[in-house]
Amino acid sequence: MAAYIAKRIGQALLVIWLAYTLVFLAVQLLPNDPVTIFLSADAAADPATIAAMKAQYGYDQPLLTQYFNQLIGLFQGDFGYSLASGQPVSERIGAVVGSTLVLASSSFITAVLFAVLLVAAATLARQSWLKRLIVNLPPLFAAIPVFWLGLVLLQVLSIQLGVMSLFPDGSFAAIGVPVLVLAIHVSAPIAQVLLKSVDNVNAQPFVDVLRAKGASPSWIFFRHTLKNAAAPAMTISGITVGTLLAGSVITETVFARSGLGQVVLQAVTAQDVALVQGLVLLTATAFVVVNLVVDLLYPLLDPRILKSGTHGAPRALAA
Amino acid sequence: MSIKLDEPLELVQSPETIIVPETPVAEESQTARTKPSALKSPTLWLTCAPLIMILGWALFPTFFTGFDPISGVPAQKFQGPGAEHWFGTDHLGRDVFARVVHGTSQTLLTAGLAVTIGLVVGTGLGLLAATAGRAADAVTMRLIDVLLAVPGFLISLIIVTAFAPGPISLGVGVGIASIASFARVVRSEVLRVRSLDYVEAAFMNGGTYWSVVFNHILPNSCGPVLALLAVDLGVAILAISGLGFLGFGSPPPTPEWGLLIAEGRQYLASAWWLTTLPGVVIVAVVILLAGLGRQLHKIFRF
Repeated sequence: MAAYIAKRIGQALLVIWLAYTLVFLAVQLLPNDPVTIFLSADAAADPATIAAMKAQYGYDQPLLTQYFNQLIGLFQGDFGYSLASGQPVSERIGAVVGSTLVLASSSFITAVLFAVLLVAAATLARQSWLKRLIVNLPPLFAAIPVFWLGLVLLQVLSIQLGVMSLFPDGSFAAIGVPVLVLAIHVSAPIAQVLLKSVDNVNAQPFVDVLRAKGASPSWIFFRHTLKNAAAPAMTISGITVGTLLAGSVITETVFARSGLGQVVLQAVTAQDVALVQGLVLLTATAFVVVNLVVDLLYPLLDPRILKSGTHGAPRALAA
Repeated sequence: MSIKLDEPLELVQSPETIIVPETPVAEESQTARTKPSALKSPTLWLTCAPLIMILGWALFPTFFTGFDPISGVPAQKFQGPGAEHWFGTDHLGRDVFARVVHGTSQTLLTAGLAVTIGLVVGTGLGLLAATAGRAADAVTMRLIDVLLAVPGFLISLIIVTAFAPGPISLGVGVGIASIASFARVVRSEVLRVRSLDYVEAAFMNGGTYWSVVFNHILPNSCGPVLALLAVDLGVAILAISGLGFLGFGSPPPTPEWGLLIAEGRQYLASAWWLTTLPGVVIVAVVILLAGLGRQLHKIFRF
């Protein structure tokens, strides 16, 4: 167990370090350095200003020095400085990350519950037409653009029915509807994988034995099938973290909520490479940490993983 | 090596034709049954027909609509959907259906660029991982882990930030994000095909690494990749319209699908059709592509 945990943590750190290095290299490969790109927005920048700003943010140092300074800074929680505002990147992000975390985590929990309910309904439905209908919902959800669903719901709920305000006003609908929009989008891949996995488990002989012993379909589903089918769904849930972030940015824009979405929009519009770099690192770290937790929960669900010599969790991503 | 009972035996001409059939022995009879009927399947054609029409929108937009997508008739602004203007008109009196039709080429080109990057680089990496030895495999797969760990959305953001917003930046960004899934599928397919007898036979017949890879391994592992191609095109369209909605794509007068919806957002209260109807087209196209991917997967599943 200890070896498994150590290996997983080591891999997670390696991926974060590689992500950081790749982003650093990618920024160096750009035709211009971050300061020049940023200042190109206003044409009046003279070479002296550029040189002064480069010196101020450390972009005039040799590459290796920059690399190690930034890397050491990261360990101290220093993500560098936003070029547009001069504020530390960590401050800019820290000020709004809470609101996005609330949106993202509530959407994630809603999405997982929704996916389980959907699969339960599909498995337990007696009528075959109902079953077919439910099974086809996740592919539909996956095809709906988040921003479009948000706008249509805004249109119906706030303009036609008048049950919610167009702008966030602290009411339940103002947080509930964005969470619902994002959750529908995120639940699609989870439900698709869980459906497939439940089908596989239901084909196993022990389910027949349970049925022969007289267990009811819902007992079999919630007590036996779900637990055995959960592993691939957990893997895909971890992977949806990336979707969750992109979806949060778009949802916040549609519903005019404050959060990371605003920072992302400002950073990109101002071509503030340092801020975007910080955002990328933050998300990559969040992604890796969530997936590490998933990997560490795996043996609790399926102890066979520790025994087999194969490399940990079966990644359920095969097309 | 086995013999198909339901097919006449072929005359053996050269050592190359001795090579074992393309499928593993166990599922052979099933493949033989599904393969010829696949192209006659009505579902496949029902999926393809609307997609071909969408492709027509991209290639010959003027054939499908007589209205101009850029300049409108101000007297006809904010007309609801009807017989004349199927999707209604916008704040400048432009026909929304015409804008959707003319925007197709923009959206498809950007998505096509993205998918091409994903396919070419992903296939290269997957092939490298599967055939060039254990060290190459480990390095490539870690690289792919990293690509997976940085959400595609952020990769696009970096590119768009560095190279200024525009369709090419978007396509490249979304394309880089899709490399990982192609690489994974190609790698697992190539590993599967590699272990089959006929590849072994081709090597023993004196085939070089490249000749075996290009003549035997790649053609036989392309099925699932084709299926992924269709699905990924839909995913790319979704991602591109989302980024276009945020304003990172083409600048305003261009009728790009995501941008169309973003523009309609200001008139949410008065003109629902500006946002709703272009969105329906996006949903339809993505669902059709996903369906096509599923069917291709079925056709090519051995």
